[in-house]
Amino acid sequence: MLGYYMLGYYIDLAWRSLRRSPGLTVLMVLAIGFGVAASMTTYSVFRAVSGDPIPWKSSQLFVPQIDAWGPSSRDSNGEPPDALTYTDAMALVHAHRAKLQSAMYRISPSLVPGQAGQHPINVSGHAVYGEFFPMLDVPFLYGSGWSADDDAHQAPVVVISGELNQKLFDGANSVGRSLSMDGKDYRVVGVMDSWNPQPRFYDLASSANFNAIGESVFIPFERGIAAGIYNSGNTNCHEPRTGPGFIGLQQSSCVWISYMALLDSSAAVSQYRQYLDGYAREQQRAGRFHWAPNNLLRDVPAVLDHQGVVPSDTRISLLVALGLLVVCLVNTVGLMLAKFLRRSGEIGVRRALGAPRRALYAQFLMEAGMIGAAGGALGLLLTGVGVMSVGWVFRPEIAALARLDWSLLGITMVLAVGVTLLAGVYPTFRAARVQPAWQLKSN
Amino acid sequence: MSISPILRALRRHKAGVVLIGLQIALTLAIVCNAVFIIGERIERMNRPTGIVERDLFLIQQAWVNAPNEELEGSAQKLGAMQQEDLAALRQLPDVESVAPTTSMPLLDSSWNEGIRLDPDQPQQTARVSFYLGDEQLLPTLGLRLLAGRAFSHADILHQGLRDIRQPPVVIVTKALADLLFPHGDAVGKVVYLAGTPKPITIIGVVEQLQVPGINRWTETFAYNSVLLPIQREGFFAFYAVRAKPGRLQAAMRAAPAALYQVNPLRVFADIRTPSQSFAAIRARAYRDDIGMAILMGVVCVILLGVTAAGIVGLTSFWVGQRQHQIGIRRAVGARRVDILRYFQTENLLIAGGGAIVGTVLALALNLLLIQRFEMARMPMSYLWLGVAAVLLLGQAAVFVPARRASMVPPIVATRSV
Repeated sequence: MLGYYMLGYYIDLAWRSLRRSPGLTVLMVLAIGFGVAASMTTYSVFRAVSGDPIPWKSSQLFVPQIDAWGPSSRDSNGEPPDALTYTDAMALVHAHRAKLQSAMYRISPSLVPGQAGQHPINVSGHAVYGEFFPMLDVPFLYGSGWSADDDAHQAPVVVISGELNQKLFDGANSVGRSLSMDGKDYRVVGVMDSWNPQPRFYDLASSANFNAIGESVFIPFERGIAAGIYNSGNTNCHEPRTGPGFIGLQQSSCVWISYMALLDSSAAVSQYRQYLDGYAREQQRAGRFHWAPNNLLRDVPAVLDHQGVVPSDTRISLLVALGLLVVCLVNTVGLMLAKFLRRSGEIGVRRALGAPRRALYAQFLMEAGMIGAAGGALGLLLTGVGVMSVGWVFRPEIAALARLDWSLLGITMVLAVGVTLLAGVYPTFRAARVQPAWQLKSN
Repeated sequence: MSISPILRALRRHKAGVVLIGLQIALTLAIVCNAVFIIGERIERMNRPTGIVERDLFLIQQAWVNAPNEELEGSAQKLGAMQQEDLAALRQLPDVESVAPTTSMPLLDSSWNEGIRLDPDQPQQTARVSFYLGDEQLLPTLGLRLLAGRAFSHADILHQGLRDIRQPPVVIVTKALADLLFPHGDAVGKVVYLAGTPKPITIIGVVEQLQVPGINRWTETFAYNSVLLPIQREGFFAFYAVRAKPGRLQAAMRAAPAALYQVNPLRVFADIRTPSQSFAAIRARAYRDDIGMAILMGVVCVILLGVTAAGIVGLTSFWVGQRQHQIGIRRAVGARRVDILRYFQTENLLIAGGGAIVGTVLALALNLLLIQRFEMARMPMSYLWLGVAAVLLLGQAAVFVPARRASMVPPIVATRSV
């Protein structure tokens, strides 16, 4: 009961004190508000780009890399190419050593709308194997992916995004209907619910890391190859190609195919590693590789880390904004020190009348907490403005990821009150040390 | 004025002095590096592309029902489709010239290879980026020929998308010519591309042409461009279009319509903006740099504002605390200007101390950015400018409370607070 009463008293004292020097109070609130808002705005962007796109199974999803080029084209860290040649990708597909797996390459076929008078549009997507969908838990609105049988028979089937379904079929269940891509008809087997993982972890070798718009079409890998749908992702070569065209690319040592495998136990991972090394040794014996196996098998978090998907501008911004917060903190310590010590006389009187040091701690920390709360409120407002205007500063694909949600609001408030209390510790300590006798005498 | 009484007085306010000094030090460290980042980005954005950017735009398009390149006779069809497009564009009243091209400076879509002076040397002499186009490419981009000759119609080879044959002649930039042949006699000399033994003759040198790539790696060969007299004929084609002076908007509207009229079964890279002005390409290429410069600018303004406010606040407190002493000094003969000077000198000392620490912190922060983010070394000029800025900021911020201090009347000395 007494505690409650005292709490109310401290709030009252703090309020009076803050009102007595509005200039200093406003300065502190502004400093905290701006410092916190700058940090939280850049943090919201950093959080968005450094997140795990598939946290529930990212550590089970692996990207194999096979050195098809040899030591002459390795960079200083001995890293094999980040994508596979067609030959190696097909070998992994046919060996099928993972629980679920898919080779994939990026496509951007043109889609001819059914209605007359509409211009064809470019759509982006991937040619994948049917296991791609269950492996990555792709959500479906209607229908599903396709079967291994469809893969084997190069079936002309397609999985489309909800957005494309809206555009072409007005959002109706379009499973069974057909659409025309690159002049050929494809039957819709599934419509995805909104799915646009950021970063696009399943094909970092070939895609931009962050994409404002999700992919629209997925077709069977072997159908894409058979229909001659060119890859629209990156192609990296280390020697001139010998044959022309898409067939020439498939026969070349150029790397352009991404691969993902689901390995759900450490035993499965080490078996897969052995398999990769065995495969490379086999290629060495066959005379295709003239070097010892140099393979890599990284899980998604490791790949994201290695590829450095978080843009360095985002990191620098966060670093600088945190620096700004520290300056605001130091500033607040100084101002609070001035504010608290200005009331040395009042402190002396309270101490002389029997207030214990503890009471002074409580009183001044309450005051700091109130400044922090006010700074936090301003910080929330400014963070809102900041997150809404990140589009001015960061590229649209990244800015679109920054969101104002409850956890961000919570962190903003906790950070504001926390740093202000921290800033209040030293001034409170100094204020509580005021000698009552000396103060009373000098007044 | 003697400094020692000021120093003695400061010793009685250690905490406040340390806090202001620390704040100035941190502000200096961050502001120097932030302004350096801004300067670096602006410098990057000001690099010339070497082309005449005004009135230039690009169309990136693909045909939907293009014949498969691997089929017999498809090459002629693809070539004819492209010629039809070029003819339609060249007829437009607002269009000055048109050339098929594979890229543009700042487009960030590049084909890079090594160039050698001797086909057998193991290491390439330089890395280069290619621009492929016909004899209209030089005038359309607005490139200035310094030596030799431009491509003639007879030089142009017609090749499929994945055709790997090389042309017998090329045009290079002056930067590359000087690198390969420092005596300035590149025209007529022979080079080798992509590790093949086929000799290729340099027939012309253009003044300047930036490569299409804009990342850190392509920056190491930013002006090593090579023009190949090849007209690529595949299922897609890019057209560089120069509008007549001042007719850019009209030409940008007319061009896609004309292409649709030739053949409606085509797609543009972006349906909303089938014609991309070079200004838009430039803005897109540098949007991260503009954003970073804005962010760093905002941070600097907030920092300087907060630090100035801190100085005003703490100095005001000191002035209030020392009313009595100020009164005594005034009573024993100090003029108003002496009191003003006192606080100004005091601030100069604190800010100077902060600036010394800040200089060290600024260099440390720069070192961290170099190590972690591959940034460049900050020139010392930024540091001196930063030091001058925080000292001036301190003086400006201290002026208001210092003036108030100088207004304290001598009579205060006689009151017991």
